[in-house]
Amino acid sequence: MRYAETGYNLEIDLSKGSIERVPTDPKLTELHLGGLGTNARIIWDRVPPDVDPLSPDNILIFSTGLLCGTPAPGANRTIVSTISPQTLFMHFSMMGGFLAPELKYAGYDKVVIKGKSPSLVYLWINNDKVEIRDATHLHGKGALETAELIRQELGEPRAQVAAIGLAGENSVYFASIEHGRSSASRGGIGAVMGSKGLKAIAVRGTKDVHVAKPERFFELCNEVLKYIEFRAKNPIKGVPPILAGIGSPQEMAIHDEEWHTTSFAWGNARHRRKGFWTKEVEESWRRSQERAVQRLVSCYNCPMKCGAIISYPALGVSRYMMKCYSKLTYVMAAMADDLDFGFSIAGLAQEYGVDGYSTPQVMAFAVELYEAGILTDADLPGFPKDNKERFFYLLEKIVRREGIGDVLAKGVYWAAREIGKGAEAFDHNTIKRHEQIPIKLGMLNPIYFVMWATGEKANITQIEGQLPQAPFPTKELREDFVKDWIQVPTGKEERFKKFVLEWGDPGTEFPFYPPIDLICELVDWQETMHYIDDSTGICAGLSSFPLKPPYHIHNLPLIISAATGLEIDEDGLWEIARRNRTLVRAVNVRRGLRRKDEKPPEDHWKKRFPEYEAKILDEYYEYKGWNKEGIPKKETLERLELDFVAQDLVRRGILEGNGEGK
Amino acid sequence: MKPEKKKKIVKTIRIDVDKCNGCRACEVVCSAFHAAPKYGNNNPGRARIRVIHEPLKNIFLPVYAGEYTAAECMGRDKYIIDGKEYDECAFCRASCPSREAFKEPDSELPLKCDMCESDPPLEKPLCVQWCLNDALVYEEREEEVDEEEEKPEDAELAVEALIDKYGFDKVSDVLARIAAAKAASKKA
Repeated sequence: MRYAETGYNLEIDLSKGSIERVPTDPKLTELHLGGLGTNARIIWDRVPPDVDPLSPDNILIFSTGLLCGTPAPGANRTIVSTISPQTLFMHFSMMGGFLAPELKYAGYDKVVIKGKSPSLVYLWINNDKVEIRDATHLHGKGALETAELIRQELGEPRAQVAAIGLAGENSVYFASIEHGRSSASRGGIGAVMGSKGLKAIAVRGTKDVHVAKPERFFELCNEVLKYIEFRAKNPIKGVPPILAGIGSPQEMAIHDEEWHTTSFAWGNARHRRKGFWTKEVEESWRRSQERAVQRLVSCYNCPMKCGAIISYPALGVSRYMMKCYSKLTYVMAAMADDLDFGFSIAGLAQEYGVDGYSTPQVMAFAVELYEAGILTDADLPGFPKDNKERFFYLLEKIVRREGIGDVLAKGVYWAAREIGKGAEAFDHNTIKRHEQIPIKLGMLNPIYFVMWATGEKANITQIEGQLPQAPFPTKELREDFVKDWIQVPTGKEERFKKFVLEWGDPGTEFPFYPPIDLICELVDWQETMHYIDDSTGICAGLSSFPLKPPYHIHNLPLIISAATGLEIDEDGLWEIARRNRTLVRAVNVRRGLRRKDEKPPEDHWKKRFPEYEAKILDEYYEYKGWNKEGIPKKETLERLELDFVAQDLVRRGILEGNGEGK
Repeated sequence: MKPEKKKKIVKTIRIDVDKCNGCRACEVVCSAFHAAPKYGNNNPGRARIRVIHEPLKNIFLPVYAGEYTAAECMGRDKYIIDGKEYDECAFCRASCPSREAFKEPDSELPLKCDMCESDPPLEKPLCVQWCLNDALVYEEREEEVDEEEEKPEDAELAVEALIDKYGFDKVSDVLARIAAAKAASKKA
């Protein structure tokens, strides 16, 4: 018997119209756990580096995490992996919601999709019965609308649906896959789904998911819940309210947005507005939020309430669900001062199925090009004067790929190069061809430098976490923080606690503090915790992301062991996460990723130290067992039981026989 | 003769639908608790509570499994509360032929909430314990009631459902055959 996982994947070839239920190798669970880890293995094995992301040969994997479907609170993430049309690297956008547990109950760990359907279809997975069904009548329908229509058509109100909107159908490079209150939005994975002619996946499952050591597992789950209650009553002192609790940032419940609106950049990642958050703004935003938010909601089996049902009839938006920072991304990119605009455009954008991070930035970039005379009225006929109206205008052009929208649909990096005439200079907030959170700061932060540069998800929130983002202002607050900081890895307690205790004292200023060896350890810890979550399907909001989360390196090995029957300790879990992380890097190295790609935007910090940055990167690569080009060394790969990767990289001449890279 | 009055603890779960965040932890933990071995498998399809969950209509309604019924109702009701239309049967607790709810997914045998009866007894049912948002709150009150008649047990309900499905003769034949086979295997 397989525990926690079902032991079966669904393999779908949309070109042939074939469906197979394939048993998986339990050895791969021992090596990679599941979720992202086993996805990376499938992509390594089956997608050669020359495959065009939008061609039938690319593979799109909807994976459950290893613990999805068990009672582990918050284990509900669907990990969608494919090669991104925008970054050209492997992308692994993830979403919460209800899809992954339902897929487990239907009897599958993953749905692996290749090929291209001759006409628009959707997939209906109902326990053992799996069908590819006609979706031509759903062409152009909104993502949420599609889910509702499919549930009605199937007569299955409990079916869970993930769907693309018009943007995905039209292969917009930042199209998302939407699933109720959640979306897998980064990297244009919705475009890959659209290129396969796949409008949606609907799932209903009523089978059992087993755990190996039931009593023990249940006891550990109860401890997690107790800690969640403890953290609800004990917010972290001395940090902004948005960072004090757990879950993803509680932006649906909390209206105080001083931290985001004054610390992050507005427009095309351009302007800081330090005095923005006045009493009047606060009052207007509070009213707006109270009108819009009908109920706070959660994902499957999670007591948090990170999402909200938004209904705002006065704005003419139909009901939808929202979470986290998407409330602000459009507002800030459009330099709009009112939150109502955010609530109205985000609803529309979700039906079209576009990423709430990239989309506003692409539009702000277009507005800047227009103001600079690089785009003209010929490119943007009838372009409105008002910025908010301009955003609605651009959204329509982009998702329909009309006129200049066809170019903008490729994202800032590609659009800048296609438009030319100096547009490249306006592309100042992408890494690895991917739009980043708009933050422009003063002094180089060496910890964040490493994370921005090397994060394979090219998204800071998916590598950072658990570590205070700024020093605590007083000794008392620092001492208070470290006194019950149980989440720190074994052997690092003294060093990490000392860091928090002394950070803020004279002599602990960036960029030459903390010492590079400590930077490496801090970054590696933060990233590793994310890679564990990405394989278990536990939400980062309860684990790798917030300060003092209920899941951490000490209880995760126990939970995974009790669920699966494998015997995994702290070191063993760390090793698996390192293997998965290295394999993702290897996939991308084979697709051309090198040191030159690992560059935060030039103006990300005003004060830069090129030589010192190079030194940090050298040491971090070394710490990770990578060579100067950021390529995993032969010995590293062999130690991680990835010999086949080493052999492939040597055969391709990417690594030399002696392990040196090119 | 008048029946004797007797003190009885009435176990109640107060359901505050406004506090429900739709996470379905109640379904998860219910199915785990009632699994064999206990907590050994998980399947909300087997849960004795079900959250009617239609987020885009803002409908979040936990409903507990109640009595088994062999026949569906003649008429169906629809409720409209605060402008929200609840599907027919939404509030009904019955395990009933008209719908899939509150039946074992494989055998279709009826399920019924037993307030997590166990030995030693739990402080409160697990669905309540796992509802950190207090949409489900456990309450006990004492009532004077008539001497109650014996309540049918799970097994009795299950057999009754089998009789409804296959007919009395068929079920008793099967039982007799199983009894004979068991006796034979014991002898051997």
